[in-house]
Amino acid sequence: MSPEPIMPSIEILGLEKTYQVGFWRKRPKQALRPLHLQVEDGEIFGFLGPNGAGKTTTLKLLMGLIFPTSGSARILGREWTDPAVKAQIGFLPEQPYFYDYLTAHELLEYYAQLSGVPGKLRRQRIEQVLHQVGLRDVQGVQLRKFSKGMLQRVGIGQAILHDPKLVFFDEPMSGLDPMGRREVRDLMEQLKQEGKTVFFSTHILSDAEALCDRVAIIHKGEVLRVGAVDDLTSSVRGKVEVIWQGSQIPASIKALGAECHVTADMVRAILDEKHQDAVIDALRRERLRLVSVTPVRTSLETYFVEKLRHAETTAGSIAGGA
Amino acid sequence: MKTSIPHIASNTFREAVRDRVLYNLIAFALLLSGAAILVGQISIEIEKLVVINLGLTAVSLFGVVIAIFIGIGLVSKEIEKRTLYTVLSRPVRRWEFIVGKFFGLAGTLTVNTFFMAIGVFAALFYVSHRFVRADALIFVALYFIILEFLIVCSLALLFSSFSSPLLSAVFAFSLFVIGSFSEDLRNFASMAHGVSRWLATGAACLVPNFSAFNVIASIAHEQPVAVQLILQNTLYALFYAAMALSGAVLIFEHRDLK
Amino acid sequence: MKPRRKITGIASVTLLLSLAASSFILHRVDQLRPQATLDEVLFLSSPTVIQRASLGYDGLMACIYWTRAVQYFGYRHHYHAASYNLLAPLLEITTRLDPHLIIAYEFGASFLSPKPPQGAGEPQRAVELMQYGIQQNPDNWHLYYDLGFVYYMDLRDYKKAAEIFQQGSQLPHAHPFLKILAAQMAQHAGEYDTARMLWSATYENTQDKQIKENAIEHLRALRVDEDVQHLQEAVTRFGERTGHLPENIAELAAAEHLPGVPVDPDGQPYKLTPDGRVEVRVPDDFPFATMGLPPGYTPKPTLRDYH
Repeated sequence: MSPEPIMPSIEILGLEKTYQVGFWRKRPKQALRPLHLQVEDGEIFGFLGPNGAGKTTTLKLLMGLIFPTSGSARILGREWTDPAVKAQIGFLPEQPYFYDYLTAHELLEYYAQLSGVPGKLRRQRIEQVLHQVGLRDVQGVQLRKFSKGMLQRVGIGQAILHDPKLVFFDEPMSGLDPMGRREVRDLMEQLKQEGKTVFFSTHILSDAEALCDRVAIIHKGEVLRVGAVDDLTSSVRGKVEVIWQGSQIPASIKALGAECHVTADMVRAILDEKHQDAVIDALRRERLRLVSVTPVRTSLETYFVEKLRHAETTAGSIAGGA
Repeated sequence: MKTSIPHIASNTFREAVRDRVLYNLIAFALLLSGAAILVGQISIEIEKLVVINLGLTAVSLFGVVIAIFIGIGLVSKEIEKRTLYTVLSRPVRRWEFIVGKFFGLAGTLTVNTFFMAIGVFAALFYVSHRFVRADALIFVALYFIILEFLIVCSLALLFSSFSSPLLSAVFAFSLFVIGSFSEDLRNFASMAHGVSRWLATGAACLVPNFSAFNVIASIAHEQPVAVQLILQNTLYALFYAAMALSGAVLIFEHRDLK
Repeated sequence: MKPRRKITGIASVTLLLSLAASSFILHRVDQLRPQATLDEVLFLSSPTVIQRASLGYDGLMACIYWTRAVQYFGYRHHYHAASYNLLAPLLEITTRLDPHLIIAYEFGASFLSPKPPQGAGEPQRAVELMQYGIQQNPDNWHLYYDLGFVYYMDLRDYKKAAEIFQQGSQLPHAHPFLKILAAQMAQHAGEYDTARMLWSATYENTQDKQIKENAIEHLRALRVDEDVQHLQEAVTRFGERTGHLPENIAELAAAEHLPGVPVDPDGQPYKLTPDGRVEVRVPDDFPFATMGLPPGYTPKPTLRDYH
């Protein structure tokens, strides 16, 4: 029992995974560079990265499905391999697949048994979860008849079935229609309201932006940046794009620190919001014709793309905040 | 401490039943009733002999085939389909998974054998119209057959823990054949010298020994089976299955699940 | 990592203990089994059924059965078994599966007809095996030799033996000695030289170690028989001349002007019993000898007989 109320839910201490690939001559392939990460209690944490970045590898390491080359982790204050930890966590794998000869009820019953949900609570809990993930009228239907979206819902259901303190979702929105995505978002918000910690991986940034308290960006097995969504996007926030005709750039605008690009007969300048009026005044003085003034999209996506491009050009030499 | 073994075992049993494994019983029933009727027309004296020989041999072979074909998929199929992810991320230890699977499969085969045994006795009653004391020996043969299944299950599971279903089937089936000839291997070992003796002795200890479990022929002739043999065979089957399962646990415990 | 290491440890220990225990029990079961159940090396004894059951892989099955036959014989022979009931069926199955496995017929000729413990004591089945072999391989003179051999050695039917050798000698690539053997049969049947010739031929014409060893044993026994016969005649002569038996073998050797004390093929001097019988020192070393053995001597079987 820690006296601190804010004990971290997950502490990843240099987990690292190197696979041996090739049949005859084995070559090491680093799937995950030493990863350090801390997820606080009660937050929704987004694990972002393009396909093949190492998100699933990290989750599988944490679930004990694969074994790290080195490093360790603590989950809910215990060693991550401790079986007692597993009773308190839920896991939704990417594109989950279940015993298709079972019905949703039977599957959840089985999982509830494995997770040690007491017998008399099981039925009630199963009904509750099925309702929560929006699966109705599935009594007696074997899972082999389920659509991909329905399976995804079953997957989310089994992850929260035993009322875990911490849930891991690997691409929770995949395979869902817009309504479904909406519902899953609401569900995750609800889990947060209940005081649970949610750790989810995604490559869809709008989801992360809408939900996450903090995110980590991972690329080629390496964490590039960790922080609150607001902090990460601040570098591209509060900027405006000003476009005018001609090829002339007045010296006063340059002095404002604008970033200017000249095309055939237009100039495009990006600068701080607060200099917007000064620029317009300057253009009027120089009798240049203003075309447009638009705020730059302040999304995580912009940051993400920029960060990845940067990582590509520097060939991954960034220390990655570690 | 709570263990997941019974839950995993019962789910394995349920899977086998839902996969219509028990349908083999229909084929078995057809075979046996057909044989009983046919034999009755051919010869009066040996019909009982044929029913016992054919019935018990079919029980054994059907069971071995089922054991191999379910057993080889028990672990590898779950890895391949990733159904294992949501099981092992629960408070289920890997060795419990292996042991649970073993009991599930062994249970399936025992139930299957039970139904087949009813069939054998029914056919026997049909041809001889009564039961005699010596017929109780059939229980010994059935018991030995179940012991044999325990060994086959554990081997199939062992192969399944590291190899693809197809290769596992080949391995398990080869070992079954070798195991049926293992007596020759041991004879060879007792006559060989030097390195080949060591190798043969080692191999003879590693491969399963099925010859001691096959008492069908002698039971058909109403020859009693020594109590010592029942005891020793029981111990042998248990230890051998324990050995193969430990091997499976050792491999599975260190496996990365792709 | 700790729980995993613990399980690894426990599983390793269980594995080793189970292996040791199962090997130990296996040994006990093996000792138990001949008493518990009948010898079921031959679950199926019909060559036709086995041929069907081998699904066309007759060659492989033949090899398996051939190995079994050799092992079966070798194992029982090692313990001086008093019967070899399965040898004939095993060889019959083997040759049915692969009729061109000449070595199996050779093996049958050497070990099927002699009386136990040297063979199965079934000369008639040996003859049938050879006849089947000849029918399947009419151009192979070895089989004629083997058949003639059985007629000569075990059935003592010298006329028939001569006939077979004669037939064999007419085959395209027949070894010349078949002709000599055929001629020998008429005049010298039952003589040591003829037997010696046959066994030498067997020795020289086989690749099989067991058959070779068997031939050597027979040649050694022939020498013992011949020696003892000569010495026994000498003893009789000595008695007629002097009116009493020689004291020992040395006295006999001196009287006969032999260069030294006569010795058996192992270099052991022959001995003379007080009642004037010439004997070998170690009868067990000459399992095929018919003379020079203590009265009532039989090699002791060490394997209990289950048939």
